[in-house]
Amino acid sequence: MTNLLTSLLYEDWVLHALIWLPAAGLTHVLVSSADRARHIAFAWSALVFVLSLGLWWSFSPGDGGFALESSTPWIESWGVSYALGIDGISIFMVLLTTFTSAIAILGSFEYIKTRRKAFYALMLLLQMGVVGVFLATDIFLFYVFFELTLVPMYFIVGIWGGERRIYAAVKFFLYTAVGSLLMLVAILYIYFSSGVDSFAYEAFLNAELTLREQIWLFAAFALAFGIKVPVFPLHTWLPDAHVEAPTPGSVVLAAVLLKMGTYGFMRFLLPFFPGAVQHPTVVMVMLILGVAGIVYAAWVAAVQPDAKKLVAYTSVAHMGFVVIGIFALTLNGLQGGMVVMISHGISTGALFLLLGMMYERRHTRLIEDFGGIGRAAPLFATAFVITALASIGLPGTSGFVGEFLALLGTFETHPVTAIVAATGVVFAAYYMLPMVQRVLFNKLDKPENRTFPDLSRREMVILGPLVALMIWIGVHPAPFLERMEPSVQVVLERVEGARPVPGTAGTPARED
Amino acid sequence: MVLDYTSSFHYVLALLPELVLSAWGMGVLLVGVSREQEGGGGQELGWLALAGLAIAAVANGWLYSGVTEEGATAMIAVDRFRLFANWVFIIGAALSIVISLPYVARQRLQAGEYYSLILFAAVGMMFMASARDLMVIFLGLELMSIGVYALAGFNRRDRRSAEAGLKYFLLGAFASAFLLFGIALIYGAAGSSNIHAIAVAVQDGTIATALMGPGVALLAIGFAFKVSAVPFHMWTPDVYEGAPTPVTAFMAASVKTAAFVAFLRVFLVGLDGLYAQWWSILWWIAAITMVAGNVVALVQSSVKRMLAYSSIAHGGYLLVALVAANDTAAAGLLFYLLVYTVMTVGVFGVVIAVGNQTEENSRIEDYAGFGWRQPVLGVLMTVFLLSLAGFPGTAGFIAKYHLLLGAAQSSLWVLSVILVLTTVVSYWYYLRVAWYMWMKEAPETAGAGGRITTPFATRVVLVVSVAVILLAGVFPGAALDLAAGSIDGLRDLVAGSGVAAGP
Repeated sequence: MTNLLTSLLYEDWVLHALIWLPAAGLTHVLVSSADRARHIAFAWSALVFVLSLGLWWSFSPGDGGFALESSTPWIESWGVSYALGIDGISIFMVLLTTFTSAIAILGSFEYIKTRRKAFYALMLLLQMGVVGVFLATDIFLFYVFFELTLVPMYFIVGIWGGERRIYAAVKFFLYTAVGSLLMLVAILYIYFSSGVDSFAYEAFLNAELTLREQIWLFAAFALAFGIKVPVFPLHTWLPDAHVEAPTPGSVVLAAVLLKMGTYGFMRFLLPFFPGAVQHPTVVMVMLILGVAGIVYAAWVAAVQPDAKKLVAYTSVAHMGFVVIGIFALTLNGLQGGMVVMISHGISTGALFLLLGMMYERRHTRLIEDFGGIGRAAPLFATAFVITALASIGLPGTSGFVGEFLALLGTFETHPVTAIVAATGVVFAAYYMLPMVQRVLFNKLDKPENRTFPDLSRREMVILGPLVALMIWIGVHPAPFLERMEPSVQVVLERVEGARPVPGTAGTPARED
Repeated sequence: MVLDYTSSFHYVLALLPELVLSAWGMGVLLVGVSREQEGGGGQELGWLALAGLAIAAVANGWLYSGVTEEGATAMIAVDRFRLFANWVFIIGAALSIVISLPYVARQRLQAGEYYSLILFAAVGMMFMASARDLMVIFLGLELMSIGVYALAGFNRRDRRSAEAGLKYFLLGAFASAFLLFGIALIYGAAGSSNIHAIAVAVQDGTIATALMGPGVALLAIGFAFKVSAVPFHMWTPDVYEGAPTPVTAFMAASVKTAAFVAFLRVFLVGLDGLYAQWWSILWWIAAITMVAGNVVALVQSSVKRMLAYSSIAHGGYLLVALVAANDTAAAGLLFYLLVYTVMTVGVFGVVIAVGNQTEENSRIEDYAGFGWRQPVLGVLMTVFLLSLAGFPGTAGFIAKYHLLLGAAQSSLWVLSVILVLTTVVSYWYYLRVAWYMWMKEAPETAGAGGRITTPFATRVVLVVSVAVILLAGVFPGAALDLAAGSIDGLRDLVAGSGVAAGP
């Protein structure tokens, strides 16, 4: 495999292709007819996914730095370049993105019935933006892609969403924009105050910042990423956006858009501000927010009558595990956080797809409208149960590996936090299992549920790989862990090794 | 070629774009009179005016391509700062004329007067950009303003247009008086009205401080009126709403550009030595303008009025560049004005199309479902709005980022944070138009007032504008270098040289 890839000069073009092929697909969709748009869009996203798969073989963990790096000057007078690279953290995010984008597009074939050209064009634009976020190694480029993802998602939620779609879309947009624009000011602060002369990732790593500066900048970055994650109490946009978004929108939102936040934590927040990250108060605040998210979201999820809203809140809880895993600042914690990110992307994506299928069949998402579906649609029920269990974190599924590692890592440094967070796993069973029971297993007492059609062949193609992945990661996580370990180690060493630069904050002065 | 003003022909050369446009404006006026038609048609007069702008552009390009002047103290500057600004005026006037073509015909306005007034106003703007003397700034300002007063009230059949014209005239006259009084005081304080002479006097400390302070304040107020900075913005919403829409576009884009260019030259060159005295005043004006402009825009139900407040807000962003007062910010201001001109005239172009060349359909509800009925115009409008909002991928982002860069270089962190937070506020009202266009269904009665038809020329220009905005958003390098190059030497003082009174 490696030889084949090398002979194709795979490493030279793959990262660019992953970003620009969706753009080509977008153009193709726009010039095609509305009936063929979905097939064309799927073909392009599938092509991108297949191409991205090669990364699995061609990427070797090495020393944990960036691989496949390339850099072309973009805006020279500002020190901005079009720089891409991939490491053990971003490779999984990229694969998750290309995978779930293709799945989400396939899953929208029946769901999206109006204005299909525009929809698929926006889906491909979204994919391009997200892949760009994960591949950019230039801060300016990262920022552009980070913001670029807002526009397609805004329109996807706002045009194809439910009743309160406009409210949800605007809330999503404004929440995220507040954070990211403040981050832009923070980026400029680093650029001007610490003697870096370019926006390259490496240059920012070398920025000299006092502890006081680091804490302020940490706050700005953490706000931007924390809204995206979302960290409690910044999460209120998420349930609205999830509930109103059309199924494919929810899938991409849960599977990859939220990951942009936690990815930002790992890629930028920790390495840029090691002094602040080591500050006990900062760590405590982040851990408490993570735990609060886990527990609070679990309680709120338990009382939701709307299955989609329930799953939306589980996202907040899962991302809480990622947050505590990251800020435990241990290898296990960070790796656990990574695995939860991947696992959550797969299992929650699958849950949203399953809920979308339920909605397509019955035009309702209220839990009480279902019951006994298991008898009518056994295959559907099987997929649903496995996905739900993976989401809870049952041993043998991906969720378990991630949450276990995250809790283990947290326990090493903050045992009390880990113990409180562990109750979240119990709560997860408390909100998820009754929902599964009421939807799948109770009496089949509603006549319209008797004719609930089982999975079609297309739906099996969608769910099959997702379920397989949940089990694969659950049973044999080693290939994932060994690929991410060196890069995670680099982040960790950076945090542990660096000491803040002594000195006072520079006196602001006008320059000419 | 070096202009040393030994022969009077050099004066002609130094003023070539202005002279071309002045003569051409008179020509358009005469041709218009000779056709003796009461409104209607007149498209060819518009094209004639465009040809004049093209020739002025060639003249401007010739000056830009390497004509320099002896010394840098003459009343009329031959520097790239002025010439870059001239490009912006020419583009603004040309775009405004193109979106006027069908409007003027449909509204049966007197084409000859209309187009020549735009040209004369553009000449006034050019004088403001080139002025190295406060009196020339005043003359340019008056030439521009009188043209625009007439344009604002140009539609005699429309009561609101007449109201706009009168309101603009009265408040504009007020602002001119402030400016003139400020100039008089500064002349008294520094002994000269030449900007370089003032700068040198400030540097040498040979100024009468008691006169200088009030003079600078009055001058700032006069400019603040013209750039419609809060709290001197009261006229803006009414005038922008009442004036014929293409004129509103011209005012929002070019008049503001001219005022800012002169503002910059006076304050960053002439009064640079007094930075410590004036920066905090402008700081507050910038902050209040950004906040008030954006917040009040939130509650507007008329798109035209919303855009008026948005233009006030943009004035606030631009003031940040003046407060930052460094070369990055100055280049950022030029770049922003260029981008702002294209996107502002573009967005008004779509507003005119939606209004079907009338003043109708300007409420936000009228945009419901518009995007799906007119996908091309809808997409164009969306890009213009995103660019006005300063969203990545568009030139508006690069421009706003450039301003932030300038502000950051002067460590204006609080102002930067205000800028980005008010930008988030602006997202709301820009997106509101987008959500009406794409996310709301059109009411059943929509389109009853006739199908929307946009002339081919307008479409082409709008598409080109959007292409430019996207291109400059993705590959801004060349335009940024151009703007940065236009600042070179602007703020160098000819120290110690006996400042001549100039030609």
